[in-house]
Parts: sequence; structure tokens; C-alpha cells
Amino acid sequence: MSSIRRVYLDNNATTPLLPEVFEAVRPYFAERFGNASSIHHHGQETRAAVERARESVAALLGCRASEVVFTSGGTEGDNLAISGLTHPGDHVISSTIEHHAVLNSCKHLEAMGCEVTYVPVDGRGLIDPDDVRRALRPHTKLITIMMANNETGVLQPLEQIGKIAAEADVYFHTDAVQAAGKVPIDVNRLGCDLLSISGHKLHAPQGVGALYVRKGTILQPMFHGGSHERSRRAGTENVPGIIGLGKAAELAREALNRGDLAQMSAMRDQIEERILSEVEATGVNGEGAPRVPNTTNIHFDYIEGESLVIALDLKGLAVSTGAACSSGAIEASHVLTAMGLPPETARASLRFSLGKQNTPEEIQFALELVPQSVARLRELSPVYNKAAVSS
Amino acid sequence: MAQNKTIAVAMSGGVDSSTVAAMLRAEGHDVIGLTMQLWNQRRLAGHEGMPEAVQGRCCSLDDVYDARRVAETLGIPYYVVNHEDRFERDVVQPFVEEYLSGRTPIPCSLCNNHLKFDQLLIVAQQIGADALATGHYARVEFDDKSGRWLLKRPADLAKDQTYFLFGLTQDQLSRTLFPLGEMTKPQVRDLARHHGLALAAKPDSQEICFVPGGDYKKFLDAYLAEQGESLPDTAGELVTTDGQVIGEHDGIHKFTVGQRKGLGVATGSPLYVIQIKGDQRQVVVGKQEDLYSRTLRAHRVNLIAVEDLREPMRVRVKIRHRHEGAPAILETSGHDEVLVTFDEPQRAITPGQAAVFYDGEVVVGGGWIV
Repeated sequence: MSSIRRVYLDNNATTPLLPEVFEAVRPYFAERFGNASSIHHHGQETRAAVERARESVAALLGCRASEVVFTSGGTEGDNLAISGLTHPGDHVISSTIEHHAVLNSCKHLEAMGCEVTYVPVDGRGLIDPDDVRRALRPHTKLITIMMANNETGVLQPLEQIGKIAAEADVYFHTDAVQAAGKVPIDVNRLGCDLLSISGHKLHAPQGVGALYVRKGTILQPMFHGGSHERSRRAGTENVPGIIGLGKAAELAREALNRGDLAQMSAMRDQIEERILSEVEATGVNGEGAPRVPNTTNIHFDYIEGESLVIALDLKGLAVSTGAACSSGAIEASHVLTAMGLPPETARASLRFSLGKQNTPEEIQFALELVPQSVARLRELSPVYNKAAVSS
Repeated sequence: MAQNKTIAVAMSGGVDSSTVAAMLRAEGHDVIGLTMQLWNQRRLAGHEGMPEAVQGRCCSLDDVYDARRVAETLGIPYYVVNHEDRFERDVVQPFVEEYLSGRTPIPCSLCNNHLKFDQLLIVAQQIGADALATGHYARVEFDDKSGRWLLKRPADLAKDQTYFLFGLTQDQLSRTLFPLGEMTKPQVRDLARHHGLALAAKPDSQEICFVPGGDYKKFLDAYLAEQGESLPDTAGELVTTDGQVIGEHDGIHKFTVGQRKGLGVATGSPLYVIQIKGDQRQVVVGKQEDLYSRTLRAHRVNLIAVEDLREPMRVRVKIRHRHEGAPAILETSGHDEVLVTFDEPQRAITPGQAAVFYDGEVVVGGGWIV
């Protein structure tokens, strides 16, 4: 079973390192091992590389290098932003479709004596900025709303929300983990004060991320130690990770400027068109909303998405559904149910997410496999047979 | 097995199912490991009377970890599938309702009927498996003479699990493999060691997987509290077999037929629970000899070895898992109902338990005692 061809269309979970990123990182595991805080040659060499990486990340986000804090990933960035700004008694506005890094940070705030309002989304997965405005209270401290959803790829109207935050003089954080590298980001256009990204979602290594913190923002650190990262994040830097993130950010910015993502978008659209025309009782979740170019979330009615993911994996295609719980089993997606999908439709949904390494030929492989596998699942599905009889 | 097949193995993280996966892999089959996530063990943790950290049987993270390690050792694909909704609906809720109606349920049979050999078998087929193998001690074989799939007792009678498998249909049996049917438990442990499985010495589990520590009364309290309900008041009278009220009890779900302790009345001779009258909330008590009965009725009958019961049949009947079985006559007594008449009276025939009928080593079928 190990010798079969494997195609990876789960790039919203993680992405492979690009070869250029791997090459850039390699020396920092070996000869360039210095601690960036050391005063000698080894330290200076590493420090310079870390600061170059910081500039690349700043260029991708449209901010100053001094506003970039390196973290261990998206979860740390979200936690640092949310818990670093709030105190018991504060009010926070978030949404029902956030990643668990934000949702569970908000739950923690509630347990610590904050109030949190979770604004809803419509059937397309979009937040209404007016709902955010209406949720404002005199003691609202922070708005935290994601840029692109990890399951559907739907892009939220952040510029409008940013204006609302500015008018109300409320901090605005966005989890841009699934947007970075896929759509242009400019923190000043978005009007956000904090923005988290994760390295491994844009072809950098796992275990590194960055948080943009607008100059002058007072943030309580989560780690107490040395004065690394301008005292915002203590602990010796993950140098290979940071170098990788810097290189990946540079490559991502070049690709966005060249318009490389149009091809990815075309492949994504082809997946949707072919599946919707060849497989009955299917539909795109989040259709009609602006989306990142690499993601599609499709419901295949009358089947368990979980079984389809397994069946496809055994045939060599890696895709995913919902969020995995600690045992690895799948739970009905809170994002899709928040969009108003019935639980059985949410459980019948699959996410295909593309990366820079995917080729048109790999898409063909997926498009041949998926309809066959869906047909087999439906043939053996008691629900589908019943539905077919009654229709 | 001559032909190379694709076989899904229901892996619990225990020795038995792990060894099944190892055996089938060694025979050259394409093996896929599956574990069902059925119950969130942390769900009731912290409720009154429930332990803070629950170490359950199935679905505890440790067991998933063990199963995953075995799959890794064997080099087979492994997946966890979530059937929590179905488990709660078809196993946990009936379990609660049965106790509240004064019966003593067997959740493992319900789980086999509704989850393992239904949902999981469907998933196995959907993902391309020809059959589903489990670590049960039982045998399944096709009988040319009758043209039926037979369920038979295993070689290791001390581990016989056929009592919990009486609900399997012909279709389910035709796609099921019990590779441990010819083996004894010590042989299975030896084989697990032979295949290098780290868990070869892991102790057997006995209790109901979702009831930590086996205290079902505390589980009922915690579950109903979580549902926002309180335990319905099922308190009532304690009566003798001739209808005389001799005291009160604080809830029928706390009693099981045959129980002697905890009746809360002092009389000269020992008293036993003879019967629980759910609709009248009465617990009938009496002497040891009142516990014996020669007949029982069972409904929701599943027949395996025969298509129907045209005439009375000589069988051995087991009325609980640890009962050795007693000779009896089995006959139809109504729609989907049978009458069992034992040669000798049997002690503590308990509504809610299964009556399983055997012809030698063959399981004829079974039903639920009413």
C-alpha cells in the first residue's frame, strides 16, 4: 500500500517546504548555529539573518520590520494578541467561525471574567460588519476576526471591520494564517493592529510564525525571560524556522506580484466545475463569497465525509474534512454548522486545498478518483438508497 | 486463507484485536486498522460521583494511542472513525431507559448490533474492504447443507463471546471474520509477543466501556444531570410475592433480579429481589427458592442457524454471559417472540438480559428476555 501514487490536496493543514526554502534553512541547522543574542561572530551572523527574515515578513504584510514578532506559529500569535491585550472586565468581539486558537482563547477570557460576543455568519460564511458595529459596547477592548477561513477559504470584509474598530478606538486583531501568501495583505489598508500568520501554511517549516503588532501597542507578554523580540516574546529564537519563514514570505510576495496564483485559482475552479457537473447532490460551501484562490469545500450529500477521506487516502489522495479531535476522529464542523448547514451536510463535506507544488496533472488524478469513490460510498449508504427510493 | 484480500480490523487498542491485525498482515492481506470513537470519556468527568480523569476502555486516548502504535509497528493504514452520535442514540440512551424501567440491560450486544457490525461494517465496505475482522472469541462459517452462515462457540470456551453476538444477521456474518476463534487466550498473548506487539501483556478489560469503575448508578445520575434532567422518581414499595407491603425503596433502577444485599429491611431469613414491576414501581422480594423459574419469554428474536422455528427445538439456553446454559425446549409463542421451557428451574431470569440458544457449539439465535 505504500508504493501507490500520492497526491496532496490538504495544503490548508500544512504545506511542504519549497526547495528554495529548504536550501535557505539548511545552513542554520549546521554551520550557522549561533545564538542571535551572542556578541561574537557566530551570534552576529545569525542576528543578521534573523533581521533579514523579519524584513521579508514585514514586506509581505506591509508593515515595519520592528512591528514583526516571531512566534512558534498561528496559535501562539493568536493567544499572545488576545490575552496580551485584555483584562478581566473587558469586552471582546469575535465570530462563530474562528479557528480554535481564537475560539478557545476567547473561552479562556470568559472564564477569566471577560465578556465575549460571537458575531454570526450568513449562509455564504460572511460576517456582516454591521453586526460587529452593533456588538460594540463602551468597554469593548478588542475585535478579533479572521481574514480567511481555514475550512471554506471565505475572506471576511476586514477593511470595513477595521474602519469600525478605528472609529470606536478598539484594538483589531486578525488571524491571517490562511490568507498569508494567498492574497495580498496590507495591515494599513486592513486597519488592523495585530495580525497573526503561521509559517507552515505558506511553505515554511512547522513551528514558526509571526505576529504583527502595530507600533505603540502595549501587549503583556505570555513568556517571561530574556528581552528577545523587543521583550514581546522571551526565549531563544527558532533560527532555522525564522530563516525559512523569511524565505517563504519573500517567495510568496514575488508570486503574488507576478500573479502566479491565477493558475492555482483556475485549478481550484476546475475541481468545483467538474465535481458539481459529474457528481449529483453536491455543492460548494461558501459559494458566492470572496475566497482565497486555493480552497474549496464541497458537500457530497448522503455520505459521511469521514469515510470518503479514508477511502481517498487509501487510493492516494490526501484531503480533509472538518476539524480533527484529539483522538483523530472527525467532529461536525463548527464553521459549516455556523453557516446554517444541517449537521449531516456538514459531515458530508470535504475540503480540497491546493499548494504551489500541485500540478494540473495531479488535479486530473483527483478528478478521476473522487467521483468513483463517492459512487461506491453512496452505493453502500443506507441513507442514499432511502433518499433515492423516496424521490 | 488462499486469496489476498483487503480486510478492515476493528482495533480497540487491546491485545486481541491487535493480534488479529498482526495475524492477517502476516498472512499477506491488505489490512486497514479502524478504531471507533464512541464516547467522550471526559464528558461526564467531574460530575458528582464520577472520577475526575476517566480511564475507560474503548475510546480513551490511551487506547487509541495503543492501537495507533500497533498499526505503525505493522505498517498498516489506521483511522479513527467517529460514531459518538449513533452510540449515544442506540446504546447509551437505551441503557439508561432500561434501568429506569426496572430492567438490566446489556450494552455490549447493542453496540455489536448497531455499531460494530452495522456502522463500522458499512464504513469498512465503503473504503474498499472485503470483510471486517474483530478480536471476538467466536467462529463464523458457511454451512453448505442449510445454506446459512453459522455462528459457533470458539475453541477457548472460557473466552466465549457468542452470547454478545446473537444479533448478527446473515449479511453481517457473511462479511465478518473472527480470526481468534480457534485460539486460546494464552496463545493469543504468545502470538502478540511473537509479532513484537508491546501490549502483549496488557490486562483484559471487563467493564462496560462508558461506565468507569462499573458504577452504573453514578453514571445514570451524571448522565441525566448532564442532559439537564434529574433522575425520575422511581421510588416505591417493597412487596412480598403474595403482595404484602413490607417497606419502601428509593428507586427501581437500584435493583437487579437476584440481588440480596441493600434491601433495607430486616427479616429473619435472607430476602432476594424476585421481580421488578417497572410500571407500578414495585420491587418484589422473596425467598431464594422464589427466584427459580422454569420458563421465560424473549422478544426481538434473531435466528441464525435456522430461518424460522417451525416446531419446538431442543437447545441449551444461556440467560446471562456467565451462565453455563441449561437444556430447554424452544418454541414460537407469538410474533417475534419465543417461549423457553427449561428442564430444570433456573435462578434469577432477568428481564433486559439476552437469552441465547445453542445447539451444541452452534448459536441457533437469541432474543431479549421480557
